[in-house]
Amino acid sequence: MTTQEVRLCGLLLQEHFGNVVEKVGTHLIRSGVLTLRALAHETKLPLDLVKKSLCVLVQHGMCTFGAGRRGPAGPVEYRINCEHVFHMLRYPRYIYTAKSLYGDTGELIVEEILQRGHMTMSSTVKTVADRLTHNMPEGQSMDYSEVVSVFSQLVETHFLQRCPPLASAGSSSSGAVDTPLPVATQPTEPESHPDCYKLPYINLTGQGKRRRSSEDGEADQCCGDDDGIYWQVNFQRFHLHFRDQAIISAVSCKLDQSSSEIVRTMLRMSEVTTPAHAAFTQALSANEIFRALLSSYNIARPILDQYLSLLVDDPMEFVGKTGDSGGGMYVVNLHRALANLARATLESVVQERFGSRSARIFRLLLRKRHLEQKQVEDFAMIPAKEAKDMLYKLLSENLVQLQEIPKTPDYAPSRTFYLYTVNQLPTARLLLQHCYKTVGNLIERRLYETKENKRLLEKSQRIEAILASLQATGAEAAQLTEVEEMITVPERQQLESLRHHINKLDSSENQVDETIFLLKSYINSTQASL
Amino acid sequence: MAGNRGRGRSQFTFNVDTLRFGRGDSLPTSAHTPSPLFPPMQFRPVPLHTGEEVDYMLALKQELRASSKNLPFHIKAARTKTDVARYSDKYQNGEPKYNCIEWSPDWSRMPKELCIKVQKTRKTGAKPQLTQKPKVAARKEEVLQKLETLEKREQEQHSEEEEDEEKKKQNEEEEEEPDEDYDEEELEDETDYIISYFDNGEDFGADSDDNMDEAVC
Repeated sequence: MTTQEVRLCGLLLQEHFGNVVEKVGTHLIRSGVLTLRALAHETKLPLDLVKKSLCVLVQHGMCTFGAGRRGPAGPVEYRINCEHVFHMLRYPRYIYTAKSLYGDTGELIVEEILQRGHMTMSSTVKTVADRLTHNMPEGQSMDYSEVVSVFSQLVETHFLQRCPPLASAGSSSSGAVDTPLPVATQPTEPESHPDCYKLPYINLTGQGKRRRSSEDGEADQCCGDDDGIYWQVNFQRFHLHFRDQAIISAVSCKLDQSSSEIVRTMLRMSEVTTPAHAAFTQALSANEIFRALLSSYNIARPILDQYLSLLVDDPMEFVGKTGDSGGGMYVVNLHRALANLARATLESVVQERFGSRSARIFRLLLRKRHLEQKQVEDFAMIPAKEAKDMLYKLLSENLVQLQEIPKTPDYAPSRTFYLYTVNQLPTARLLLQHCYKTVGNLIERRLYETKENKRLLEKSQRIEAILASLQATGAEAAQLTEVEEMITVPERQQLESLRHHINKLDSSENQVDETIFLLKSYINSTQASL
Repeated sequence: MAGNRGRGRSQFTFNVDTLRFGRGDSLPTSAHTPSPLFPPMQFRPVPLHTGEEVDYMLALKQELRASSKNLPFHIKAARTKTDVARYSDKYQNGEPKYNCIEWSPDWSRMPKELCIKVQKTRKTGAKPQLTQKPKVAARKEEVLQKLETLEKREQEQHSEEEEDEEKKKQNEEEEEEPDEDYDEEELEDETDYIISYFDNGEDFGADSDDNMDEAVC
């Protein structure tokens, strides 16, 4: 784990779970694997606090445990799954996707499961129905059956999956253990379980209850028929969805709306048949595509053929032709599309930081692989002095590398070729680390701004609470204005600018996370094909 | 190479032509300090994305952050004890107990060694209030019947006693509304002093409130 990744993990854990979990989590990331006693000893926290923190982390799937180096008889060892911690940055995007696909009900289901780590189906349905009923006008309430239907849709499309069962009860008891614990290095994949997407047969009837203020706050976890069957969010499926969205929007930007609709249809058809790490989708014939196209797009058959040939000839190589049967067999080149998207990201970063001429040099080096300095100047059509400056600047930022090719075995500088080159994969990794650092900086700045204005924020919160209670009890307008005037005008301006800054910082985090997703998907795709 | 030292002393080790340095040009100065923390930017950054989607995700993010602080997964460390025990410590929120966990996880999915006692859900003071009110009413009626002149003082005395009982219940039960305590204490503050001053329980008969205040001052 790199320094920036550890720092970002710590900040995210602190934001969601507090300082204690952050301390435990960062220490565990730095050490790799640790037992409970070692962790408590090294972090110098009370044992119970460490136990609580580990419970929280295991509940959310960020920490895995298994038999240690001493085998099943030894103490249990814990390790943190950093990728899972980074997913916390993307929670709003997951929830928004669920909302756009399945409406408010889907949004609330995914939000509840994300916040609680994993839940049973019955408790999810009850909580979501209660929340929906709370927002509905008086007299109406949400029926459980509607929530259950949306839940089953989410499971059918694989957005939710069952939590993988543990090999044994996960106990580290020194007594007899029937089956060996899962080895800490190979956690059981949820998809390896055959019932991964099977809904339990439970009878859930009823309606959401409107919470009255006199009732207890938290609903107790009632025992349902599906005790022990926990559901978690399938992050991989969401990532595939995001990847498809990125490809479709790239096609629509590069070509036009109709071609993006064709690509969308192709991706939709091969959703369930294509495995997660495949380089290409399943081959689809033009006839199939034509039949699957929605009539609202109004694309005639010859037009479709023209669009497909256009897509195949495009230098971005989103779609490839693999045969001629059935009117032509076409595939979507997933890995190549990801590589092109990553390349576009790199180019745009260079352009925005160093100017369009440096970007021209960068693009040139990406395409021509290795060039001498003189060749760079000639091809890029940039005067020598400026080209030299720009090249050295890119070199100092590590975006461009120097390759030496000696003429003589003694590497004498006057007798060696020095070639400039850009390697896409290492540069993408470098940029990814920059992104992690950026998000860490954004979060720290936001915490700093909040801390600086803590007094003002607390005051405004208190006044809002007073206003709310006054309005609830029906106070006069004069009283309300009097309370509102307790915040002076310059304080109001300060509050306004603080809110504006925090919104900007939050928004930037979301946007940087999109870049992180793209670069990470590209890097993972290159690893998968190795 | 060593052989070249006698000839061209001012020769560079690399081929000067490729780097476009003239013979007489000075090399660029080397940097002696680390690069500045906030270097001036040559180009302004591109403005952020805007739109309905972006705004919705921003609102979601802030909501999630706020609500995650209220969930039982947010573990707060205990406040470190400062040197002096302060009066306000009595009215602070109950310190989070280490040895119990506020939510009930599925222990079959976790290693046995992590098992901690589950803290029962707190009732928000509904029960203690119900048992207090009939007691209060009964006592008040008794007092009103017995002593009419000292009606107000007796009430104050009894509400203070109720508060003591309340505090005992607080120690047994999990948590009370701290605001309630604070309000009653606020009311009690002035009279507390007086009552302890005249805490012999005898009638002070004809004296009105004004006289009592004067006695204190």
